[in-house]
Amino acid sequence: MVVAALAQLDRALKRALPLALAFIVVLLSVVPLPVPEYAVLAPSFALMSVFYWTVHRPDLFPAWGAFAVGLFDDMLSGAPLGLGAFVLLLVHFSIVAQHKVFRGKAFWLVWAAFAIVAFVAQLVTLLFGFALKGALPDTMPAATQLALTIALYPVATAVFGRFQRVFLSGG
Amino acid sequence: MKRTGPMLKIAAPMRVLAQRAAFMGLLGSAVGLMVLGKAEAPFVERLRMAVTDAVVPVLDGISRPVQTAAQVADNVRALMDVNAENRRLRDQNAMLLHWQQVARNLEAENRALRETVHAATEASFTYITARVVADAGGAFVRSVLIAAGARDGVAKGHTAMSPVGLAGRVGEVGERSARVLLLTDLNSHVPVMIESSRDRAILDGDNTDLPRLVFLASGSRPQLGDRIVTSGHGGVFPPGLPVGVVVQTSEHGGVRVKPFVDFHRIDYLRVVDYGTGGTLPIAAPPPQIKRLR
Repeated sequence: MVVAALAQLDRALKRALPLALAFIVVLLSVVPLPVPEYAVLAPSFALMSVFYWTVHRPDLFPAWGAFAVGLFDDMLSGAPLGLGAFVLLLVHFSIVAQHKVFRGKAFWLVWAAFAIVAFVAQLVTLLFGFALKGALPDTMPAATQLALTIALYPVATAVFGRFQRVFLSGG
Repeated sequence: MKRTGPMLKIAAPMRVLAQRAAFMGLLGSAVGLMVLGKAEAPFVERLRMAVTDAVVPVLDGISRPVQTAAQVADNVRALMDVNAENRRLRDQNAMLLHWQQVARNLEAENRALRETVHAATEASFTYITARVVADAGGAFVRSVLIAAGARDGVAKGHTAMSPVGLAGRVGEVGERSARVLLLTDLNSHVPVMIESSRDRAILDGDNTDLPRLVFLASGSRPQLGDRIVTSGHGGVFPPGLPVGVVVQTSEHGGVRVKPFVDFHRIDYLRVVDYGTGGTLPIAAPPPQIKRLR
């Protein structure tokens, strides 16, 4: 009885892992670091989380999860509320719609797909941000941020992949 | 329950349909939130600050060791050139002692002159010091979260000062957290003046490290190294707060100012209530006008 309950709890916790990790990563990403330009150029960890988990475990990362992570990111970063949620939902949707493309593919192909998705996401963010804020920010920081996001995706994959292997390999 | 063949045939399209509906619903909510936020609905700010309030204790806990580690690294670096630093400080101390004498003389003179003309004494102000617990950027915002809010006396429009100069103003306030909009934010427009010439201008943030000086008085020619201070116009900031120095005066790049505050290393901010009455004097008329009606 107790064992069964514990097993159930264990399963529930494991199933909550992708979303929980995404929230923790977003939270950590706003901690002030003594690195010049960090806050401006910080890569989008929220995008990496949503992309990774939607590609690898779409069953554990539903659309509302992407929405919630985006909203949380908006709230902490001070971005227009709903913008991040909107963009991450689109990212989630485009991956789910094309999930056959990603299945069993080599890492560099997934990475290339991530680069395209990140580029489009950044573009949509800038356009919507422009519509909401009435001013276009400097493009250089936005481009650098995009490059960093793409460049760091393998690191995110390694970290999330480790969690996935250790905790979610059974199912 | 085990699914049978025909059941599955009906269930699968239904599930896809339900997923689509949920997706569209969420997308609609996101757009709705953006529109509400654009219209500055109070609900959006309350929601944002409620969540911020909830995570600020956690952020406070995480950022402390990070800050300590950075301080340790700084100390090690400082130890390496302690001799050179010592010499520099001695020189600076000698110079500052001279300035102290000048300031004392001026203060005495100022007091005497004020008494002569019966000038009103300047209003006193209150302040609190708050820790910076989150430094959030992105393409559109330059702001930090501080671990002090309405319960500590922080209110919208209060001035955020670093020890060396103006950092920004309080934009949103929760119960125990507040968001400070930095000088470099896209939405930051600070009425300033060139200290030496008293020429007025507006300091506009554009998300780069060097905000731009716009609406300069015609004929005004800012020079490299000119000090910029707040002008006090518009009633948001009191006059005379140090802001930065002019570092660029090119034709197409415009006049750019390097703020005195080092935005990469703000651990603490002093939130000052200068009693200037916040940011929206038109939307919130002073109480005595209300009483007249």
